[in-house]
Amino acid sequence: MKIIKLLPKTGIFAENKDIAREIRIKYITPTLEKNEEITLDFEGVESATQSFVHALISELIRNFGNEVLNNIYFKNCNKSVQEIINIVVDYMQAAT
Amino acid sequence: MQISYNPGKILCMKIHIPNSAFLGNIDPFLRNFGTSNPDTLEITANKQWISIHPMVIAMIAALGLSLKPKQVHCETMEARSKHYLKRMGLFDFLKIDSGIEITEHESAGRFIPLKQITNSEKLTEFITEVVPLLHLSPKHTEPIRYILSELMRNVFEHAVSKIGVIMCAQYYKKSNTIRIGIIDRGVGILNTISALHKAKTDLEAIRLALTPGITGTTKRIGGTDYNAGAGLFFIKSIATVNKDFFVIYSGNGMYKLLKADNKKSVRLHADPFKDKHSKGENFPYWQGTAVGIDINLDSTEEFSLLLDLIRKSYSKAVKEQRKAYYKAKFI
Repeated sequence: MKIIKLLPKTGIFAENKDIAREIRIKYITPTLEKNEEITLDFEGVESATQSFVHALISELIRNFGNEVLNNIYFKNCNKSVQEIINIVVDYMQAAT
Repeated sequence: MQISYNPGKILCMKIHIPNSAFLGNIDPFLRNFGTSNPDTLEITANKQWISIHPMVIAMIAALGLSLKPKQVHCETMEARSKHYLKRMGLFDFLKIDSGIEITEHESAGRFIPLKQITNSEKLTEFITEVVPLLHLSPKHTEPIRYILSELMRNVFEHAVSKIGVIMCAQYYKKSNTIRIGIIDRGVGILNTISALHKAKTDLEAIRLALTPGITGTTKRIGGTDYNAGAGLFFIKSIATVNKDFFVIYSGNGMYKLLKADNKKSVRLHADPFKDKHSKGENFPYWQGTAVGIDINLDSTEEFSLLLDLIRKSYSKAVKEQRKAYYKAKFI
């Protein structure tokens, strides 16, 4: 399984959408295309914006379908980060 | 602010800084604004006392940035609180010598003086370095940096503002409130929204921009891989849950989320016109977008609880929006 540590790329506040998109295009999409699992490790990330998480995962759900969530693991997320991820996952699933 | 034409047909803009202009009573100040692209800017101020919201300071600073020093005329300020404008950096932005001498005390924990932020990387730097200077608890830091990031990133993505973003913030000890102003001089919300959605007036465009799932980057409800059309709805929701003021002013339109009754339970509406609000569509034209928000630190919910409330209403709101937008076409 591939593991991506977000903190070195995003800092404690994950808000830069350009970085989110880069992580998705460079690391997440190629892994999922190979039907492999990936872990997004949020250790040390205090909070994230909806825009960041949207840029990180929305296109994956849109392109691969809801079942892609079976191959993505969100690790070490605090309550706020979990809430933001759930918001994006909820509205993207409602949309597909 | 007023506009007058002198015999030489030079367009002159006049701003009077009033005794008091906060989000609750900002309307008279905005009503006096003139048009864009002035040739000169004349500033007068209340002679007794000046107490104004950061949104007002940032708007004046943004106007000054597009002018040369010789185009700005500022009367000698007499109000005892004139030092505040100097400390916030207003006269530096206007590029004029106010003649006011001050000893600069540490801003940490009290205010963020006027800042101009011109790109995404500088925004990240700003949030990393400046927000901690407000010395807030994590519970209060989270919503504030969230608001700053989302509002300013919006400008870089949609506004095409030559001057970037102008912002400042102030902590008010008595009310335990942080007040924030974020301003751009870009194309305005109507221009961005109407390219893809049905909006004829600035107020209609503001209404759509605050509606979940609608973005200026696609016709599709729910957005693109990069934009969900959720940013402003989230900001309005944070203000709604915390029962704070939130003002958005663009072109001739102004929308103000009013403080909700503390006793009533909170409901997050997809349509901003269903929230307790005031609005107007005949305000003087503001080129770009001006946003003001107050965050009362006494009533701030835990950020995760606040997000939980938003989550419960957001998907439903987008679904409803999609239903209302996409209809079967019978021919």
